[in-house]
Amino acid sequence: MSLETEIIEISARAIIVSGSATLLASLWGLPIGITLGLKRFRGRNLVKGFFNALMGMPTVSLGLILYLVFSRVGPLGFLHLLYTPLVMIIGQAVLITPIAVSLTSSTVESIDPDIRDLARTLGASETQASLAVLRESTSGVLLALITSFDRAIAELGVALMLGGNIRGVTRVLTTSIALETTRGELLLGMALTAILLLIVFALNTLVNLIQRRASV
Amino acid sequence: MLTSSVSISGTAYYFGVGPFARGRTKLVVSTTTSLYDTGLLDTIEDQFEAEYPIDIYFISAGSSIAMRYAERGDADMILVHAPSEELAFLEGGYGVCRKIIAYNFFAIVGPGNDPAKAEGLSPTQALMRIVEAGRKGETFWVSRGDDSGTHIKEKDIWAIIGFKWNEIRQEGWFMESGTGMGKTLLIAEEKSAYTLADLGTYLKYSRDNLITLAIVSGERKELLNVYSAIAVNRTYNPEVNFEAAITFIKFLVSEKGQRIISQFGRDIYQQSLFYSAAQPLKQNADSQVAGWIREIAYFEGKECPERFQDDHKELYD
Repeated sequence: MSLETEIIEISARAIIVSGSATLLASLWGLPIGITLGLKRFRGRNLVKGFFNALMGMPTVSLGLILYLVFSRVGPLGFLHLLYTPLVMIIGQAVLITPIAVSLTSSTVESIDPDIRDLARTLGASETQASLAVLRESTSGVLLALITSFDRAIAELGVALMLGGNIRGVTRVLTTSIALETTRGELLLGMALTAILLLIVFALNTLVNLIQRRASV
Repeated sequence: MLTSSVSISGTAYYFGVGPFARGRTKLVVSTTTSLYDTGLLDTIEDQFEAEYPIDIYFISAGSSIAMRYAERGDADMILVHAPSEELAFLEGGYGVCRKIIAYNFFAIVGPGNDPAKAEGLSPTQALMRIVEAGRKGETFWVSRGDDSGTHIKEKDIWAIIGFKWNEIRQEGWFMESGTGMGKTLLIAEEKSAYTLADLGTYLKYSRDNLITLAIVSGERKELLNVYSAIAVNRTYNPEVNFEAAITFIKFLVSEKGQRIISQFGRDIYQQSLFYSAAQPLKQNADSQVAGWIREIAYFEGKECPERFQDDHKELYD
């Protein structure tokens, strides 16, 4: 496989793996974040603080923890998921869940409470009022998703420990940059870095445009 | 509906159903970084996979962690270069069928102006000079400090000249990089320090003008670097792909495999990065290198003592 084909392959894999991880994390992250943002309950601040703190989890540590879980002798070893793209998706989803939850909950929380009151005075039910609030927070939620994706595609520790950086199977942009740097291929490492940044910038700009369009 | 089923089945194929549906099996080999980073294993992988229905997955991490992965059931075989650890691996019941596949030499490298005046000396004399110069504040030493094969060899040489690892590492001129060979070389370059390097990484970095360090002490017995392959014991872990591991080991020591190993890099570096081990051990059994290999990398006078040979005595004819 030529170098160009390999670069396209690892870039595509990085986008697919991190994109899937973002979708997966949003499946449970958004509901949790929205609930945290809308409802008031005992211990709410504790839960919020918990997710906030987890945002700072070092990727290499999470990679190690999840490796011990998915390794053959580990509790989920029977699934034989180690060194596959699927386990990388799961791992990155776990990594970015705190971000998705924290950003979603603070954006929902920050919606002007007048919106909810207005909806209620206009005759809306509790649920309908909540939906009105959510509609106002779509752009914030979109930001939460894109930030989660950025963190996923840019992380190294989880992808490396769970995926193994295997050529043709689990190699992604960050693991390639690490490998080529170790090999002394500094220029290639920089080229891959540029590609990674390009992808992130392009995606962020696209989402920005969509947000602008939506709010017009 | 159609798009979702297409995308789901496409994803399922992409995520690993594909290769195995084609009748190929998976062989996970955890390996030392010095073999992988030179690109040798990629070349071997291409040639092997073209001939056999086996997909090799190389996990390149360092000899010690390579053995941990194998012990935890995440690898079917290992490629390492740390004979003392390999013996423990065999005796712990984790591995069988050890074959020596290649050798080369480590090198003590240092700054061009050679502050320790160590050039041309034997490795032990060179290190003594480096210790003296270090203690006088004239130079530094950079160690891998990561339990890699290179690091284990370094500790062995320190022991030969009477230095305990845990003591010498406390001295001010002694640095530990805790990282791979490449970055360690860059640190040594930056600090005008000496270090122990495997030849493959050193030549690559030198050729790419990333370092100006020169070889101070070369092909001596104390610097011999022997690479071995060991299959994970299927009694210990019944799930390993044992047959594929044996097939790959046989390929590595076959004439074709040994030729790939000894030819690798010749066109770029005008010298071999790795030497074939099967030849000196079998044919030139009396050569100096064969003697050194037997002294340093044999256990109980053999490549692999009988009780660890499993059912594959044919590997050792």
